[in-house]
Amino acid sequence: MWGLPRDLHPIAWWTWAIGLATAASLTTNPLLLLLIMGSATVVVMARRSGHPYGRSFRLYVLLALITVVMRVVFRLVFGGQEIGHVLLDLPEIPLPSWAAGVRLLGPVTSEALLAGLYDGLRLGAIILCVGAANSLANPKRLLASVPPALYEIGTALVVAVTIFPQLADSARRVRAAQALRGGATKGVGRLRRFLVPVLEDALERSLALAAGMDTRGYGRSGGASPGERRLTGALLLLALTGICVGTYAWLDPTAPRVLALPMLGVGAVVAVLGLVSAGRRVQRTRYRPDPWRTPELVTVGTGLVVAVLGWYVGHTQVVVAYPGVDAMPYLSPLALVVGVLGTAPAVATPVPATALAGREVTA
Amino acid sequence: MSVIELRGIGFRYDEHEVLRHVDLTLDEGELVLVSGRTGVGKSTLLGVITGLVPRFTGGVLSGDVLLDGASIVEQPPRERAHLVGYVGQDPLAGFVADTVEEELAYGMEQIGTAPETMRRRVEETLDLLGIADLRARDLRTLSGGQQQRVAIGSVLTTHPRVLVLDEPTSALDPTAAEDVLATITRLVHDLGLTVLLAEHRLERVVPFADRIALVAGDGTVRVDEPRAVLADSPVAPPLVDLGRLAQWDPLPLTVRDARRQARSLPALTPPEPVPAPATRAVLAARGVTVVHGTHVAVREVDLTLSEGRVTVLMGRNGSGKSSLIWALQGSGKRHSGTVDVDGDDPASLAPAQRRTHVGLVPQTAADLLYLESVADECAAADVGAEAGPGTCRGLLDRLAPGIDEDLHPRDLSEGQRLALALSIVLTARPPVLLLDEPTRGLDYAGKAELARIVADLAAEGRAVLLATHDVEFAAHVADEVVVLAEGEVVSSGPPRRVLAESPSFAPQVTKVLGPPWLVVEEVAAALEELRR
Repeated sequence: MWGLPRDLHPIAWWTWAIGLATAASLTTNPLLLLLIMGSATVVVMARRSGHPYGRSFRLYVLLALITVVMRVVFRLVFGGQEIGHVLLDLPEIPLPSWAAGVRLLGPVTSEALLAGLYDGLRLGAIILCVGAANSLANPKRLLASVPPALYEIGTALVVAVTIFPQLADSARRVRAAQALRGGATKGVGRLRRFLVPVLEDALERSLALAAGMDTRGYGRSGGASPGERRLTGALLLLALTGICVGTYAWLDPTAPRVLALPMLGVGAVVAVLGLVSAGRRVQRTRYRPDPWRTPELVTVGTGLVVAVLGWYVGHTQVVVAYPGVDAMPYLSPLALVVGVLGTAPAVATPVPATALAGREVTA
Repeated sequence: MSVIELRGIGFRYDEHEVLRHVDLTLDEGELVLVSGRTGVGKSTLLGVITGLVPRFTGGVLSGDVLLDGASIVEQPPRERAHLVGYVGQDPLAGFVADTVEEELAYGMEQIGTAPETMRRRVEETLDLLGIADLRARDLRTLSGGQQQRVAIGSVLTTHPRVLVLDEPTSALDPTAAEDVLATITRLVHDLGLTVLLAEHRLERVVPFADRIALVAGDGTVRVDEPRAVLADSPVAPPLVDLGRLAQWDPLPLTVRDARRQARSLPALTPPEPVPAPATRAVLAARGVTVVHGTHVAVREVDLTLSEGRVTVLMGRNGSGKSSLIWALQGSGKRHSGTVDVDGDDPASLAPAQRRTHVGLVPQTAADLLYLESVADECAAADVGAEAGPGTCRGLLDRLAPGIDEDLHPRDLSEGQRLALALSIVLTARPPVLLLDEPTRGLDYAGKAELARIVADLAAEGRAVLLATHDVEFAAHVADEVVVLAEGEVVSSGPPRRVLAESPSFAPQVTKVLGPPWLVVEEVAAALEELRR
């Protein structure tokens, strides 16, 4: 119903995910957090791309789970509040006087465990939201949609992302090869046996890639005249100075106020001008750029609304957003909306063109 | 009309002169083959045209390069991108994007081609190279031949005037190599593209070349018709060797020419099939299966390697040759089946024990090396294998005499480095030796040297298994050939039967004279016999 299968603009996915993560960071209500995690998961299941990154969500779920468990275990090991309902009366391990303030074990209260659980859930929800963005949008396409003036940096990042799996590959190969010969098996010698060939390989690959990119036209200067180049340089330098002075004045209350926010603003404006000027000399085009249409707007809107409502709940309904550990947490209608609204993109966006058919749910 | 003109090109690193007074003119719609021994400067010559030399290599370049009459020698490679397309030896190393379609568009994006033009050219190129069904595929999942065609396509989209290819078929099996070369020929014929191509395996390329630029050892380049150059070239395909031997005039360049001229040969006594000597089996593999994820790489393979016998493993790229070799060695995971080397299963041994049972030289021999000099490497190998000092060096001197022990392993030639890796592996005295693609980057002389080494090792009673795409090399060294397809053995037996049976694996001499002839040396011996 939202058009033919195609990949959604990566920026739309990231805005949506950041919106959800913002809402999650503004509450400790476990019900609300579970709802947010649930809606992120639902969207991932419905709309993740068929790229290798699409399969990374499982790792993030695992990471979120570990985070929650770790928070609870920490509360258990290092104790916490003494008051409350004791669930398990562990003996406290006496520590020397220099470690005063640190408690090892001791009675475990349900309050401490719940506080740890709520806190862990909040972190877990944020991790899950980032993971959702990662598996919904190809990070390389996100980097590729930077403004033309930043294109070089974007490509460098893309290449860095690409190099990692190759490095793992060559590490595996060298490991296997080195087992075929005798030699140092301990300490520095062993490390050297492994590192030298891997680094040599990485260097050679980088050179080959650089040569490949260069012969394909990467970094062409285009038709910029020396005058234009000087103008761009001057603008960017000016912008940097403005932003530096502005930031300093803003943080230092004794500096004249005129140097603070106004200077920061001027710096930002000049920076934009500089980027535009730099972008103009770049003669580069994009092959099949991702379009920006209604589904993108809906997705971005969903993220923004969730974030704003989350903030609103946090400020007006404190008991709902930050429930105490001694009572059952509950949801207000508004909080329920915050938790469920995030699923909207699961139906409001087109199916990705690269989606893999018939994949199992937990993959 | 000349497209590229090199005028008085000279190139040197400090003392070492690589190219000297090179004049070369490439005409429109011409395929020029750059040949010569390893390390004479073929890649340097290509680099001068792409602009990678001297910018990526260092060194001093003199002379001028003209493209359509305008000097481009001062322009960096990126400013030549729309005029000169370059594909390096390993296409995967040069890929920038993720998918085939994006890779094809990359060059045009850099040049600033209009989006509609880009869209059209990508579709045209996909069709031209026959890779339309691969458009959304991840580049890393393609086969070698597909990758090579995508790499060629990705430089074609910018409509360059010249295409420069550095060993485009060196990593490919014979069939994939033929596909790629057919594609290149089509570009030359249909689009009038000028192609400059460096290649070691002349038997694959010579029929397609309009001219050959032979780089001599002293830095000079001789450019002429293939027949004229090959008449006394130090590197020549078996077909030309056969022609020279039989003193055919003109020299045959294609199998078809040679077959016609072969009628003039006197009746020769064909070589007697040598009965396989009954030797002791050293390695016995039964039902070996290797599984990567859900992909069955090797399926229930039975293989026996016997003392003093050389077995050659052949098959398409990705047919499971490497997986089988690593499984036989014991470090590769085996799903099922048994491997028995002198009563032990190498997979259940500790690495140090394993090395004394089975020696393996991997595809990239450089992965084995990590020290700063040949002497250090040899000393480390002696210590590691608990052999007497000088054992490894002694082996090396037998395999490749006269290597300076102070040299850095990376400064060795491809063949010398292979010999060093081989000596290190042999220091542990394994009765079985496995070689994965040892001929990569070797020229004819290097391969002849390797064939001698392999024969020597077998004569000492070792069982040797080597995987290769190189049909001519296989014909020289094999006592037995095993062909794998989809991880299964599809044919095995003496080379006279297996190689001659298969149209893609038949060596050139077999194609000309028919079975049982395999190599030029046999014809030479038969002619000698006749004369006596």
